[in-house]
Amino acid sequence: MYRIILKILKTGLLTEPLSVTSPESPAPFLPVAKSLSIRHVDAGSCNACELELHALSGSYYAPERQGIRFVSSPRHADLLLVTGPVTCHMEQALKDTHDAMAFPKAVLAVGDCACNGGVFRGSPAVRNGVDAIFPGTAKIPGCPPSPNILLSALRGLSRPVSGDLPASS
Amino acid sequence: MTEEKNMQDDLFFPPVRTTSATSGSEYLSEATSMKNLGGRFLALWSTDHPGRFVCAAFSDAEGLRILRAPVAETSRTFPSITHLFPLASRPERTVRDFTGWTPEGLADTRPWLDHGFWKNAPAGERDYPFVRVEGEGVHEIPVGPVHAGIIEPGHFRFQVVGEKVLRMEERLGYTHKGIRALLRNRPVEDVARLSGRVSGDSAVAYQWALAQAMERATRTFPPERALYLRAVLLERERIANHLGDLGALGNDAGFGFGLVQFGRLKEDLLRNNDRVFAHRYLMDMVVPGGLRENPGKEDISILLEDVRRLQRDVQLLKIIYDEHGGLQDRFSGTGVLDPMLAGDWGLGGVVGRASGQMLDLRHDHPAWPYNRERIPVALSRRGDVGARVQVRFQEIRHSLAFLHTVLTLLPEGPVRTPLRECGSLAEGTGRIEGFRGEVLVWVCLEKGNIVADAYFHDPSWHLWPALERVVPGNLVADFPLINKSFNPSYSGHDL
Ligand code: SF4
Repeated sequence: MYRIILKILKTGLLTEPLSVTSPESPAPFLPVAKSLSIRHVDAGSCNACELELHALSGSYYAPERQGIRFVSSPRHADLLLVTGPVTCHMEQALKDTHDAMAFPKAVLAVGDCACNGGVFRGSPAVRNGVDAIFPGTAKIPGCPPSPNILLSALRGLSRPVSGDLPASS
Repeated sequence: MTEEKNMQDDLFFPPVRTTSATSGSEYLSEATSMKNLGGRFLALWSTDHPGRFVCAAFSDAEGLRILRAPVAETSRTFPSITHLFPLASRPERTVRDFTGWTPEGLADTRPWLDHGFWKNAPAGERDYPFVRVEGEGVHEIPVGPVHAGIIEPGHFRFQVVGEKVLRMEERLGYTHKGIRALLRNRPVEDVARLSGRVSGDSAVAYQWALAQAMERATRTFPPERALYLRAVLLERERIANHLGDLGALGNDAGFGFGLVQFGRLKEDLLRNNDRVFAHRYLMDMVVPGGLRENPGKEDISILLEDVRRLQRDVQLLKIIYDEHGGLQDRFSGTGVLDPMLAGDWGLGGVVGRASGQMLDLRHDHPAWPYNRERIPVALSRRGDVGARVQVRFQEIRHSLAFLHTVLTLLPEGPVRTPLRECGSLAEGTGRIEGFRGEVLVWVCLEKGNIVADAYFHDPSWHLWPALERVVPGNLVADFPLINKSFNPSYSGHDL
């Protein structure tokens, strides 16, 4: 036990200060303030985009301090985060997940595959990105996008669209 | 002359023999003798190059053996070898899905990767007939394809009594991206890029295996420094994934400390990957003919420093894991893979080695530089989650020691030679021990180095069926822990 406590003390705080939001991030479009619940669906990714989502949840980035959290149920989610080129086999499951979400809801494509099919573009077994299912989806490109890019983009989304939403004190 | 060439080949490439059977019955008898001589089944696929064939890959003491069965235009059948090698069942069903050729004698007539949603493909059944268990108190839990968490998609059907699993059946193919259809008639560069994204966590293993296959097909010998550095990349990939798995396993057993600590070590490693190789997951570093870039002296010292830091930190975390009663309680006796089954099926990788199978390509049929700097095989006999944790710890330790030697002895020089042109149709295979187990790549090149066809085999083809055998008898709540300890890839399997 003492080893664990000692290690915790020695490790200290790992979380890094927030970097400035990168200009390439999608413009804010979600009417939520200081809280963003995300349901992730892998629509056929190569799994490296998931590795980055895992890395994002780690201590260095600590998205929860910004109110950003990944939830298990689509019923709790504001945002549907999609990775992968949307395979024919995942299309229905993706739509079902979206249907299960409450309003207001939005969709975000993460990674080149979800943006436009990426390296799998043109295959008869994929739909070449999320746009084919939900037209006009906001996008974060990259193969895979790094946790820093993800964090700054996600922070940008959770700002209120206009000033008419009450800011919590 | 050919003798000499072969000697040079053997030095660079692990040995491989290809046999083309002239008929289905000859294929069957060859496969039978393969079984009798203790050969292990690796993979099975269909191809139109250089003729209509079903190819089965086996491994024996001498190396890789590829056995080809001709498929006649009229009958469009080939003999099933599932009665000899149970792991051949799903690959044979997959061949039927894509080509319509019938595996004669295969009892399971259900489709596998085909869910019946593609255009211009033989339709699979939309309602998949799962095997059902009947009886008082038996109920069914369907899970997936969308899981609760950041995981790949797949469907599991549990038949349970109370808390206990009676039977678990998998339904995969959700991430099928048509990779094989996509890579045909493409230049080598495109296919190399694609290969790093078959299963993103094994980018180096796949890209090296593909490079090896192409280099063998074109008789290209990459510079020594490139081979040493490929090994550095492969071991860094292994360490990063093992660190991630160890953290997740701790977390699944209720020890969040493990996730934080291992997650941090992994992230540090990934960041240095980015710094030195310009990609966190080392994608596109390995190219046919060598390596994309040549790291300098400063880069090498960063890599050496990583080794030193990890040796210290992982050792301490291992002591903490070992001494933690609650953790060990969850790990031990959970998800036992019987060493008899592992032996019968010829399971390698972390899972096989944790069930007493002394199989590791880096040791058994080492590619350069593993034949120079030897690496021991990590082994445990207990076969439970705890054994798989221990094997991962051992492998990290071995890999770190190996990295230290290789980085210190790194030869100087260039890291890339251009891939030679192949004159006519040329085949090659590549075989690399990734962090999960053996990755096998077969490639067929046409004049002008255009890829006519290729096949990527992921070790998950073996892990998924093994998982189905391991889960019954365990608690439903232990499934995530057992699954994580196997860590099979969905994407690599579904292709
Ligand atoms: S964008 Fe790249 S990393 Fe992400 S799923 Fe696609 S191929 Fe993999």
